[in-house]
Amino acid sequence: MKISQLSTFIENRSGRLRAACEALAASGINIHTLCLADSRDFGILRLIVADPLAGKAALEAAGYVAQLTDVLAVEVADSAGGLARVLATTDEAGLDIEYMYAFSTAPGQQAVVIIRFSDPDRALAELQRRGLNVVEPVKLLQG
Amino acid sequence: MLRENWNDAGPGFHPVSSSDYLPAAQLRDLQLRRLKSIVGRAYAHVPLFRERMDARGLTPASIESLADLGRLPFTVKADLRDTYPFGLFASPMSEIVRLHASSGTTGKPIVVAYTAEDIQVWSSVMLRTFAAAGISRGDIVQNAFGYGLFTGGLGAHYGLEAIGATVVPVSGGNTDRQVMLLRDFRVNAICATPSYFLHLIERAAELGIDLRDLPLRAGVFGAEPWTPEMRQRIEADAGIKAFDIYGLSEIIGPGVASECSAQSGLHVFEDHFYPEIIDPETGAVLPDGEEGELVLTTLSKRAMPMIRYRTRDITRLVAEPCACGRTLRRMERVGRRSDDMMIIHGINVFPSQIEAALLAVEGALPHYRIVLRREHGLDQMHVEIEVSPEFFSDRIGAMEELRRRIAHSIHNVTGLNVAVRLAEPHSLPRSEGKAKRVWDERQDSQ
Repeated sequence: MKISQLSTFIENRSGRLRAACEALAASGINIHTLCLADSRDFGILRLIVADPLAGKAALEAAGYVAQLTDVLAVEVADSAGGLARVLATTDEAGLDIEYMYAFSTAPGQQAVVIIRFSDPDRALAELQRRGLNVVEPVKLLQG
Repeated sequence: MLRENWNDAGPGFHPVSSSDYLPAAQLRDLQLRRLKSIVGRAYAHVPLFRERMDARGLTPASIESLADLGRLPFTVKADLRDTYPFGLFASPMSEIVRLHASSGTTGKPIVVAYTAEDIQVWSSVMLRTFAAAGISRGDIVQNAFGYGLFTGGLGAHYGLEAIGATVVPVSGGNTDRQVMLLRDFRVNAICATPSYFLHLIERAAELGIDLRDLPLRAGVFGAEPWTPEMRQRIEADAGIKAFDIYGLSEIIGPGVASECSAQSGLHVFEDHFYPEIIDPETGAVLPDGEEGELVLTTLSKRAMPMIRYRTRDITRLVAEPCACGRTLRRMERVGRRSDDMMIIHGINVFPSQIEAALLAVEGALPHYRIVLRREHGLDQMHVEIEVSPEFFSDRIGAMEELRRRIAHSIHNVTGLNVAVRLAEPHSLPRSEGKAKRVWDERQDSQ
C-alpha cells in the first residue's frame, strides 16, 4: 500500500517552520516522521502524519501551500547492508528514486525507510513481486 | 583651419555649440520653419500620422505657429510597437544607414532608424553635450555606454569623435578592465550609467585604486534616473564633475538634453527637439515652469519623424537665462515617470513584461512583486513570486527548476538577469485597490 505524504513549502525565514508545526499541533495532528529539504531561499517539509488530509487542511488554513504525494514505506533489515540490499532491488527493477528518509522506529524494531519513487504504482508492484515488505499505513502508524 | 583653432576658445565651446546661444526670436523662427517641414514630411510619408491628422481635419498647412503644434495628436510608445518594425519610417530603406532597437512593452523591441543626415544631427547634439561638459579635443574619454542596438554607446561615440576627443570604446561591463584602462590610459572623462559608475568606484577601491588620484575630471551620466545624493557621492568619491544627460531612442538616443557647467537643469537641444509639458491626465499644454509630462517633437529627423511623442517622464521647463549663457530652455532632472516603466542598467522594463514572462511559464498570473534595490552601487531587480498549489512540488529539484524557468523567461523578454525568489502564499504585501507591483527601494539604499 502506498502512504500519503504531506509536504509544504517553507520560506527560509525564522519562525516559518515553527508556525507550520504549530498549525498541525493546533489541529491535533501528530507527526510520525519528517524530512526537511532545503535550498538557499526555501525548504520543502515532508511529513508522515496520522491524518494527512486533515494535516493538509490545517496547513492550508494557516496560509501554507500543501500537497499530498504517494510514497512507500519499505522495511529494511536493521543490520549492516540492509538498505544496500533494498537499493539493489530497486536498481534491478529500474526504479527511479526522487528522495528517501528514515522512519522513526524504536530500538530493536525493524527499520523502515520512506521512499518517494517517480512512479509509486510501478514501484509498489515491482517491490512486492521481488519480495520486499512494503509496510501498510495502518501498521506503520499504529505506534 | 577652424577645426584646428577652435580649442583656443577654451573648453565648453565649439563652433557647433553656437546653436546653444541663438537669440530667442531667431530660435523660435528656426523651430517654426523646421516644424512645418517635419509635419509635412510625416504627413506625406507616414500613414499613421496622415490618418490621425485627417481624422481631425488637419493638414500640414494647419501649422502656422509653434502654438499650433498643440492641435496635433500625440504619439505613444504603443504606436511604435503596433507599427513594428518599420511602419513609422519616412525614408526608403535605401536612405536609411542605421537601425537601433530598445525594449518595448511586450517583448517586441522598439525600432528606430537614421539617415546619414540624422546621424550627423545626432553627432552634433552629442558634440554639444560633451562641449557643455567641458570635454574637448585632446581629452581621452572612456565610453562605458553599451555598444550595439542600444543607442547609448554609438551615440556617445560619434559625438566624441566629432568633438575630436580620443575615444576608448570599452562599452559596458568587465569592470576590472575598465579600472585598468582608466588608470593606464590616463583617461580624462567617462560616459556611463550612474549606477554602473558607482560600482566602478567601489571596484577600483577594492583593487587599491583611488579614482581621485587619477586625471579623471568629468563624467557624463545618463540612460537611467539618478538622485542628487548619487551625484554628490560620485563627485566626492571619484573627484570629478558629474553631468546629467537625457535622451531616448524614440527621439534620437542620448543627446536630447544635457547639463552645462552650471549643473542646474539640462539644456534641451530645442533647435532639433521641441519640448512641451502637458498635464498627463488631460493632455493640456502647460506653461513653462509647471510640472508635467515631457512631450517631444523631432524638428529635423528624416528617417523617423516623431510628432508630439509622450515620453512619460515628469519634469518642468525652465525658461530663465542660465549662468552659462545658453539660451536653450532647461528641463529639470527627471525624477519620476507618469507610467510604471522601470529603468535598470539603461534597459527599459515594464511590469507588463514581467507579467508576460510569468504567464509564459505558469499559464496564470501568480501574486508577485518587483523589488528594485541598489546593491554595491548596482541596480538589481528582484522578482518575488508566491508559490501556487499548481506549481508546488515536494521535489526540491522541481522547485529550483521552476525558479530557473521563470528567471530564463524574464531574461528572454527583458534581456535582464533578475533574482527570482519563491515565496509562501499570502506572504507578499498586498495593497488596497490598484495592485502595487513595483517597490523601488533604490532611494533608501544608496
